[in-house]
Amino acid sequence: MLLTISTTYQPATDLGYLLHKNPARLQSIEVAGGEAHIFYPEASAERCTAALLLDLDPIGLVRGRSGSNGEGFALEQYVNDRPYVASSFLSAALSKAFGTAMNGTCKDKPDLPAQALPLAVKVAVVSAPGPDWPRRLFEPLGYEVEIETTPLDPTVPEWGDSRYYTLHLHHAGLRLQDVLTHLYVLLPVLDNDKHYYIGENEAEKLLHRGGDWLPQHPERGFITRRYLRYLAAYVNPTLARLMEGDEDLTETSPPDPLSRGEGAPEMPVAESSGSPSPRERGRGGEVNGEGDQRLSLHDQRLQQVAHEIYELGPKRVLDLGCGEGKLLRLLLRQSKIEYLLGMDVSHQALARAAQRLHLDEMPPRQRTRLDLIQGSLLYRDERLAGFDAAALVEVIEHLDENRLAALEAVVFGQARPAHVFVTTPNADYNQLFEKLNAGEFRHDDHRFEWSRAEFSAWAAGVAGRHGYQVRLVGMGEEVEGVGAPSQMAVFETTL
Amino acid sequence: MPQDTLKLPELSLVLLIGSTGAGKSTFARRLFKPTEIVSSDACRGYVADDENDQSASKDAFELLHYLVAKRLKRGLLTVVDATNVQPEGRKPLVALARQYHVLPVAIVLDVPESVAQQRNAQRPDRRHLGRHVIASHRQQLRRSLRSLKEEGFRHVHHLRSVEEIDAVQHLTRDRLYNNRKEETGPFDIIGDVHGCYEELCALLEQLGYQVLEEPILDVRDLGVRVVAPLTVHASASPPDPLSDGEGTPVMHGQESPGSPFSIGEGGRGDEARRKAIFLGDFVDRGPASPQVLRLVMSMVRDGTALCVPGNHDIKLLRHLNGKKVTVNHGLAETLAQFEAEPEAFKSEVRRFLDGLVSHYVLDGGKLVVAHAGLTEEMQGRGSGAVRAFALFGESTGEIDEFGLPVRYEWAREYRGRAMVAFGHTPVPDAEWLNNTIDLDTGCVFGGRLTALRYPERELVAVPAAQVYCEPVRPLNYRRSSADSVVRESERFPDPRTTESALQSAQHEQDDLLDIRDVTGKQFIETRLMRGVTIREENAVAALEVMSRFALHPKWLLYLPPTMSPTETSALPDLLEHPAEAFDYYKRLGVERVVCEEKHMGSRVVVVLGKDEATIQRRLGLVGEGIGKCYTRTGRNFFTDAALETAFLARLRDAFTTAGFWEKFDTDWVCLDAELLPWSAKAQELVKNQYAAVAAAANAALPQVEAALTEAAARNLDGIDALLARTTARREAAAHYAAAYRRYCWPVHSLDDLKLAPFHLLATEGRTYFDRDHAWHMETLRSLALADPGLLRATPYRVVPLADPAEIEAAIQWWTDLTAAGGEGMVVKPYDFVPQGKGGLLQPALKCRGREYLRIIYGPDYLLPGNLDRLRQRNVKAKRNLALREFALGVEGLERFVARQPLRRVHQCVFGVLALESEAVDPRL
Repeated sequence: MLLTISTTYQPATDLGYLLHKNPARLQSIEVAGGEAHIFYPEASAERCTAALLLDLDPIGLVRGRSGSNGEGFALEQYVNDRPYVASSFLSAALSKAFGTAMNGTCKDKPDLPAQALPLAVKVAVVSAPGPDWPRRLFEPLGYEVEIETTPLDPTVPEWGDSRYYTLHLHHAGLRLQDVLTHLYVLLPVLDNDKHYYIGENEAEKLLHRGGDWLPQHPERGFITRRYLRYLAAYVNPTLARLMEGDEDLTETSPPDPLSRGEGAPEMPVAESSGSPSPRERGRGGEVNGEGDQRLSLHDQRLQQVAHEIYELGPKRVLDLGCGEGKLLRLLLRQSKIEYLLGMDVSHQALARAAQRLHLDEMPPRQRTRLDLIQGSLLYRDERLAGFDAAALVEVIEHLDENRLAALEAVVFGQARPAHVFVTTPNADYNQLFEKLNAGEFRHDDHRFEWSRAEFSAWAAGVAGRHGYQVRLVGMGEEVEGVGAPSQMAVFETTL
Repeated sequence: MPQDTLKLPELSLVLLIGSTGAGKSTFARRLFKPTEIVSSDACRGYVADDENDQSASKDAFELLHYLVAKRLKRGLLTVVDATNVQPEGRKPLVALARQYHVLPVAIVLDVPESVAQQRNAQRPDRRHLGRHVIASHRQQLRRSLRSLKEEGFRHVHHLRSVEEIDAVQHLTRDRLYNNRKEETGPFDIIGDVHGCYEELCALLEQLGYQVLEEPILDVRDLGVRVVAPLTVHASASPPDPLSDGEGTPVMHGQESPGSPFSIGEGGRGDEARRKAIFLGDFVDRGPASPQVLRLVMSMVRDGTALCVPGNHDIKLLRHLNGKKVTVNHGLAETLAQFEAEPEAFKSEVRRFLDGLVSHYVLDGGKLVVAHAGLTEEMQGRGSGAVRAFALFGESTGEIDEFGLPVRYEWAREYRGRAMVAFGHTPVPDAEWLNNTIDLDTGCVFGGRLTALRYPERELVAVPAAQVYCEPVRPLNYRRSSADSVVRESERFPDPRTTESALQSAQHEQDDLLDIRDVTGKQFIETRLMRGVTIREENAVAALEVMSRFALHPKWLLYLPPTMSPTETSALPDLLEHPAEAFDYYKRLGVERVVCEEKHMGSRVVVVLGKDEATIQRRLGLVGEGIGKCYTRTGRNFFTDAALETAFLARLRDAFTTAGFWEKFDTDWVCLDAELLPWSAKAQELVKNQYAAVAAAANAALPQVEAALTEAAARNLDGIDALLARTTARREAAAHYAAAYRRYCWPVHSLDDLKLAPFHLLATEGRTYFDRDHAWHMETLRSLALADPGLLRATPYRVVPLADPAEIEAAIQWWTDLTAAGGEGMVVKPYDFVPQGKGGLLQPALKCRGREYLRIIYGPDYLLPGNLDRLRQRNVKAKRNLALREFALGVEGLERFVARQPLRRVHQCVFGVLALESEAVDPRL
């Protein structure tokens, strides 16, 4: 991974003073993940180029990994692109190698840092979500941006270009300090895979480095979310502080394009790691402004289910596929419910649910109202017997169609709650999602998405076979001809 | 004279009854194992740190009852050392004995008050006890003596003095009547006869018994004698389908271990004969009930048969005993037939029926017989409830549309280890369900009389000569669906029941597995290793993978084990080398190994049927095609349904062309194979990870090189070394790109897919783990000839480890293979299931090529400083896993072949998946 900074400021060799690195020497320093070498391929009075070569140790990166550095998948494998790509490792190296320059100090020539210089920057290479993103991030800051593309595999032309670009930035006159700061913040944002644990001070860092320019940046929402790795807890206060006194600017930034989330908030960020539970995987999409009155489609759905359950007034309720416990939280508020059992197949989701519901700190009386268990809807499970109502919110579409018979037997044959609420996307509505091509599903893990007719046929079959009656309800705003975004079947036992 | 021996049933709950100071603890310690004694004092100690703290009694007795319950549940004799002088104290214990079908026994230690007082006075901890305590204990004891029998104690031993107590030196533990574990068979188990004498004789003859008429000279003569057939020791495995003509060309002069004609052990010295077992209901409805009884009684008397009573027989007994019974359900016919019989015969019958035991546990506990079946908790136990269940089964209390009691189908929930053969409920066909089988095929209703040959598990049946009685409920009346008590599904017929009616009861039940069978800590017994433990955390991970991604569990017969690499090579520039694999096996006593070329594709298990009907019949999968090709985690290999169908059809045709179905006498097959190219399944992985890294390297490194070259021109110190290193990295990246590209080719159609099978795992009725790897290779090589465009034979060689030249040649083979870009090879012991000095050995070790390993360890792994660090790796955990997964995989498939219920197969498959979530270095 290589970064070069060139200037034609006269004398160009002043770049050495600014960077606090002697152009006549190769200097090597130890940085996170390996070594950084600073050298000058050219150093004349007319033109001077400083190069930072980041030499990451691929073996050390994997072996030294202690579990919680970053969430990225990349470092679990020896085969990874880290040694070649500008990432958070480069930011760490930048602040170590050029820390004084980034802070705008220069002992020998104290006036120099304030000087706007003609500067050219080359980064080989950056990893970016698409060819327009380098431009979208750097042009608003006054750079002229050029990229060179790289084929994914020259022997397989049909694979097209890779996500790697050589980035060229030109600026007619900018302080070096600013250039370094921009790179420091924006290169990891492009790369989107931090090598270290993201803590609260990450937000402080962003405020410190971006406080001057980020509030005016049109992509500040994208930058903030990605910089903070979608950790909602950190995003909102930070954004709020950045936007202080500038209320008009809140909530105008478009969502992360990678989340595919526009219009269909239940869709996951494409780069989400691990195996999220069927529900609530839209980390990117979930980050809503605090004052946002519009509820996400998913939240609407949960409220509607919670409301249906409220109307019914059951004592014992099952949330099958409870995910991180959003519905459980709503249901806990209903005083008529004596006992809630949340089940999910994902252990991780349950751990998060326990955390979000503060299970450990719950007062004993309330604690006896709620249990979380791991389970699967494909296995008969005695623990599910004896409930008045069960909710399966956006669950069935995550199972292969030929496994629904097992789910049916488990829920309607064995557990037999008096009422069952099943929701699933309405495929008829999909044509309204611009980003969804015909035949595509809203979520990568969806095994099917049913039209209203298909869902209705399935629900009627289930009801008939097991002694239930069923009514179908649209969820969300109905649109002429295509129905509502989601659909719900409400089953009631007749035996 | 005082007795020196006390008799107890081997499984009983013994209550010692006596005042404090009566010497109960001493008595118990003298005659019982320490672990058999549950003492209230000890329990007080556990909950209160003080054995005499009476305030802790409530908790202490809760603990005592808990301990007693656990022991009884597990079938262990238990002695309760507490005063037990109050009826309310004994009541919960008697209830526990009833709950676990164990006989309650009382031993009363009746010592004079003075003795007890004196003993307590000598114990500092009891000195404070008032005199009134013992007095009141004694009073209660005396009152108790009158009521013990009433309270349910089967045996009461009243020891009336210190002398009588001290005189007891021995216990005799009487075996329960139902315990016949020492009888190992072979047996012929015969279903409900109901007076069908003609059919019974025909069946016995078909089973090889001789029914001889005998003169009746004495009132005790029965007029018939049956000679049982000799047992034939045909432990022969089915003949080798390929043994004729197609010897293994690689090895010669070696007898293969399972040669089909090596049976010749000769007969045993003693003349072992088969034995019949009758499941009861000899009488009623049919034409010749007395005659059937004669035959059965004669066989039981001669020891050629065992027999358990049926409810009809017991009703007849009650009638013969003069009890008033309702004459219905065919009893009238029996009574009419008995009119002609002499009184002597009737009293013989009475004696005979009266002595019958409700059920038997046979063959070391592997077989249980009872008229109406028996749940696991009741097997080998004795109580009124056990007897009632064995005779009548369980009913729900409801009455069906034919006016008959609705029976609770206990067999649906049966999970016991013992096979249970039973009758009682007429069924159209004898069908296995959870290792139980109902052999009452309604002979008297015009069905058949059926016998089960044990241990062969073969059914033999003769048709009824006529309909002797019209059944109230039609014979083919079948209560369907997975519900134990079926109501709803009858009212709301599933559209699929038309199909599922074609399914066996077992397949139908297997549609739904129970979560208890897979979650939590599991301990799975396997043939190859004693037991494999699955940790709860691993089961948690596997549940998610299985539920979200795997195929229907009925497809998953087997999952392959992980494979360890060789230990790290010490040779320069190499991480792995065959020498370590050969050393490993040689060190553990293996004489020869098979080296197989490793294909770089995706590991798949193929389950393939001759047609869809086969899959339906054998796997119980409806409308899911003729086969599946699934990955190591049970996922469908194909995402393109059309390609899948075409692939499987072509594969099936290849098997047909090769004459495989006939040769192996099967209509399905399970294979372990590699499916190529790698990119067919791993396309996304290749693009996102492997190609991406090459692209990044190719984009970045030349620019680094250029900058360094420029700087080198300025003669800066140290630049040259950096430049050289960068050049080396650029070249390494190019080698790396070449390495991954070798395993990728575009898949546009079926012709681009290649299947390289390397294990023939199973066909109908057998597995091939007893065959050596050369056999597998040759068998599959000849199969591959049937469609060379689709199937690829795996190049291999057999290497005798004592021959250095052969080892050298094999190493050269590997060197050539990997130099040409091959992935490497797999070294396997010649035998499929390798046993060495320390038990089970690694079933295979992989030895990967130098270039290939760039895909694993990164482009730069061979650069100075990198390889040295990579050498430090530990294969131990991986090998441990490989062994356990191997044992589980083999076990699962063997269970499938033995037609065990799906849950037993699934448990193993699930276990392999769970073990795979164990944290081991994924590069190994």
